[in-house]
Amino acid sequence: MLIQTDNMEARMDSLFTKKEYQDYVKKKSPNTSIIKNVIWAFIVGGIICTIGEAFSNFYVAKGFDKDTVSNLTSMTMIFLGAFLTGINVYDEIGKRAGAGSIVPITGFANSIVSPAMEYKSEGYILGVGSKMFIIAGPVLVFGIASSVIIGILFYIFTGV
Amino acid sequence: MANKKLSKQTIKFDNPPSIIQTASIVGPKEGEGPLARYFDEILDDELWNEKSWEKAESKILRECINKVVKKSAKAFTDVNYILAGDLLNQCISSNYAIRETDVPFFGLYGACSTMSESLSLAAMIIDGGFADYVIAAASSHFCSAERQFRVPLELGTQRPLTSQWTVTGAGASLLSSSGNGPYITHVTTGKIIDMGINDSNNMGAAMAPAAADTIYAHFDSTGILPDSYDLIITGDLGYVGLEIASDILSKMGLKISDKLTDCGVMIFDREHQDVHAGGSGCGCCASVFNGYLYNQITSGNFNKILFVATGALMSPTSIQQGETIPGIAHAVTIQKNRE
Repeated sequence: MLIQTDNMEARMDSLFTKKEYQDYVKKKSPNTSIIKNVIWAFIVGGIICTIGEAFSNFYVAKGFDKDTVSNLTSMTMIFLGAFLTGINVYDEIGKRAGAGSIVPITGFANSIVSPAMEYKSEGYILGVGSKMFIIAGPVLVFGIASSVIIGILFYIFTGV
Repeated sequence: MANKKLSKQTIKFDNPPSIIQTASIVGPKEGEGPLARYFDEILDDELWNEKSWEKAESKILRECINKVVKKSAKAFTDVNYILAGDLLNQCISSNYAIRETDVPFFGLYGACSTMSESLSLAAMIIDGGFADYVIAAASSHFCSAERQFRVPLELGTQRPLTSQWTVTGAGASLLSSSGNGPYITHVTTGKIIDMGINDSNNMGAAMAPAAADTIYAHFDSTGILPDSYDLIITGDLGYVGLEIASDILSKMGLKISDKLTDCGVMIFDREHQDVHAGGSGCGCCASVFNGYLYNQITSGNFNKILFVATGALMSPTSIQQGETIPGIAHAVTIQKNRE
């Protein structure tokens, strides 16, 4: 009846190799529905962008020039993202929207404000100051690094 | 001569220690779950008037230990040892919780297996004749665990369906060399089992082989029949891990799925509480054991249970370095009557 051995690795081995176990776990683990995620991301991402467009049109109507309008629109959206994070709403949106609320600039604001809130208990310097970019840091590092590389390539190929 | 040792992993007590009293405190979300009425105290908010999540967790454990002493009409001067642990780095919740008790203290780290680890060692200390009263305790806090192991609370990300919700709560048991039960009769200490799972959002799968191994070793070495247990309850495998452990056990020839359940499955309502694969954390099985299970044993609904708390022994650093997750599980037999 029972397998007589004192060594579980051997017992587990007689049932599964590590590879087989990992494949079995993959099969057993529920996955989120891609279709549902895509629909949510499309709708919420779309709503965020539509709000951005509305602000953009508003600032155009106020007579600002093109560069100022894009700055003002970004600033407004960043404020909204930070504000919704501060009142504990953005994580509720992100839970359903996924990429729909991560990719827009509001998501970037969320990724900076949320650690700033979280690490306030360690003080303003070692907490807020040093942990604020714990999520956004890699985005900035690789975003800036890749823009530099593209800039160099652009210079090499166009000579401008 | 180790005459109480039955096998490589299992011991049997000559004079089974009694669990004479328990206490449990949980957070608001756990207080909305199906086991709410079994907890001694349910908090209104997770900070409990403290300035940080860590201080709040420490307070939950401290108050829980105070409560078990008070409920049993004892004083800290009667208690010979406290054995406690939690999930935070250097076990700070326990260290600060015990600070003012003036009782000899052993800090434990067994991740979420800490409750059965502390019960095992407390029972050994008592049956070994080293103490008359020992407290075994454990705690966890959703917010302090999230920031240590995962991401800031307000970050708008999706949690995978295999992820589990760390329980905010603590549980403490007071064990005694004399008393009228429930008794701890056997302990099967787990070995580390690592089947190569490296997804820290699927800890149930990482711990399930360890749970199956310990449960198997328990029955293999004691000769106790699975039928004599009313319940075999794992710590925090959650829905995914419980199904896997049940599968592994039946492949090993142990058909116990009708008695097998999990504290992480019981503590939350899966339909209404948005916890994905169930509860986890030291506080999960600590509060379920010291709240619900102890109540069910003393009231006679269960005569004998096998309590198998499970732990995933990784750290944020080991996960970032690509290491796999070692699992462990310790089993404790608790029965209403001495024999």
